[in-house]
Amino acid sequence: MSELEIQSRVQRFPGVRRRPAATEVVTGLTAVFLLVAAAMPHLVAPGDPLAIAPLSAFEPPSWPHVFGTDESGRDLYTRVVHGTGNSLAIGLAATAIGLGLGAVLGTIAGLSGRLVDFTVNRFLEVLFAFPGLLLALVFILVFGPGAATATVAVGLSTAPGYARIIRSQIIAVRSSAFIEAAIVQGLGRGRILRRHILPNTLTPLLVLGTLGIGQAIVWAATLSYLGLGAEPPAAEWGAMLSAGRTYITSAWWMSFFPGLFIVLTAVTATLLGRSIERRMRHA
Amino acid sequence: MVATLAFFAVRLIPGDPAQAILGGPGSQASAEALAAVRMEYGLDQPLIVQYFAQMGRLATGDLGRSYSLNTDVAPLVLSQLGGTLLLAGLSLALAWLLALILATWSTRGGRTAGRVGSALEIVAASLPHFWLATSLIVVFSIWWGVLPPISTSGPGGLVLPVVTLAIPLAGFLGQLMRESLLTALESPFVLSARARGESERGVRWIHALRHAALPAISLSGWAFGSLISGAVVVETVFARPGLGRTLLHAVTVRDVPVVVGVVMIVAVGYILMTVATDVASRIADPRERMP
Repeated sequence: MSELEIQSRVQRFPGVRRRPAATEVVTGLTAVFLLVAAAMPHLVAPGDPLAIAPLSAFEPPSWPHVFGTDESGRDLYTRVVHGTGNSLAIGLAATAIGLGLGAVLGTIAGLSGRLVDFTVNRFLEVLFAFPGLLLALVFILVFGPGAATATVAVGLSTAPGYARIIRSQIIAVRSSAFIEAAIVQGLGRGRILRRHILPNTLTPLLVLGTLGIGQAIVWAATLSYLGLGAEPPAAEWGAMLSAGRTYITSAWWMSFFPGLFIVLTAVTATLLGRSIERRMRHA
Repeated sequence: MVATLAFFAVRLIPGDPAQAILGGPGSQASAEALAAVRMEYGLDQPLIVQYFAQMGRLATGDLGRSYSLNTDVAPLVLSQLGGTLLLAGLSLALAWLLALILATWSTRGGRTAGRVGSALEIVAASLPHFWLATSLIVVFSIWWGVLPPISTSGPGGLVLPVVTLAIPLAGFLGQLMRESLLTALESPFVLSARARGESERGVRWIHALRHAALPAISLSGWAFGSLISGAVVVETVFARPGLGRTLLHAVTVRDVPVVVGVVMIVAVGYILMTVATDVASRIADPRERMP
């Protein structure tokens, strides 16, 4: 994750707008497509994702079935589009959990005295020793597999990273010149916290969150793929890929297209996060 | 610390461990059998006694017995460690190599090269291991038949797993390296090296690259962690024995001692890796050698 710049709100002049770059336009359009697919899948894929047609099973990609069909003749394009909502919801929820928990821990550590900061930091260091999916796997061991536990598990395993970034952000803001100025002006603690420290810490959270959604979706899909998240009949990307694994020798499209959508979503989230970050820095 | 957390996390598990040892909730074990198992594993003792007993055993390198495989955990985990370390080590090396090539190439060319490089990095970093693995199997094993899809024997079987693990990591490392390489190329020491008449190659490979490598070195501890969690996926897809597959199996059947054992080994590995990267960055960066 890149370093986020800290700046006082005063530095941001309104009215200076950059023309959107071509990449940003494409990113935006893809994001809109994914959101529409998530909210109103029937608009982009009118068919029924569960309608089976045994006679047309395992059809390779062709005109009526652009992504091909699966083992029961269900149209894969329709299934992938209808899976968007599930996968995005899991990714968003996991990011919200991770970011929320990270914000609470980071804020406590950043604002409290040395003792609390020290304790929270040691705790975070212990969590860091369970890298990546390991924390999620231990969580699933405790609470059993399933879509909900997988979501919470991914959220929990991203929390320490967020907490660390937010903590350093708060400490950097707290020791910057405009906070000193506010103290010199005789503003109260609560007011400084509300009007100066929190806004300058929370805006970077938007960037972190957007960048994190892609990773969260990939991890949640990984858990479903390993059979620890959403179960195969559900139209969730990881579960669909897992179901396609059985037919990998004959029907490559069953695992290829759901994965392609995961990559597409992750790339879109990353580009979106970066362009928000750039705009906040230059605006 | 890690062990303490693992111990209490395990205690939170709903359900009786003795039941799990005898084959899970469906096994309808008799009350006598349950009592015997509790006795054997010390589960009838108070929690605090169990805690200190486990910590004492840990200190002597005893990780307990597996519930499902009925073997000692320590030898089991150690026997799986080698394969995973080989996989992770080779992948880390390949990821470094790819990232270096990408970073040096994309900063040398004009704007187009920079954009292509950056796009490649973002896409590579977004690739899920399981999808990359299945796609590589389809292309190289099923369509072309050049590499085996199952990685049990011979060096050929290592190629696909290593490539699968290395590409996403190379994306992350490449992003970092390119950014710091660009910053380094614009800094005064590069200008002064150029003014002394050093060749472009000398400037790039000797002066700037050292700076570019720094953030990537300090991130290698994190990279190790991501490789281990990637190994869970890759070892499963390629049916390759190792820590990751052992861990996944243990989580699926709720074999608590094995999970704790694997997690402990990984945590120790992570700590060692963090120390190693500290040393490495001290070697690469003279500024850190200051007392």
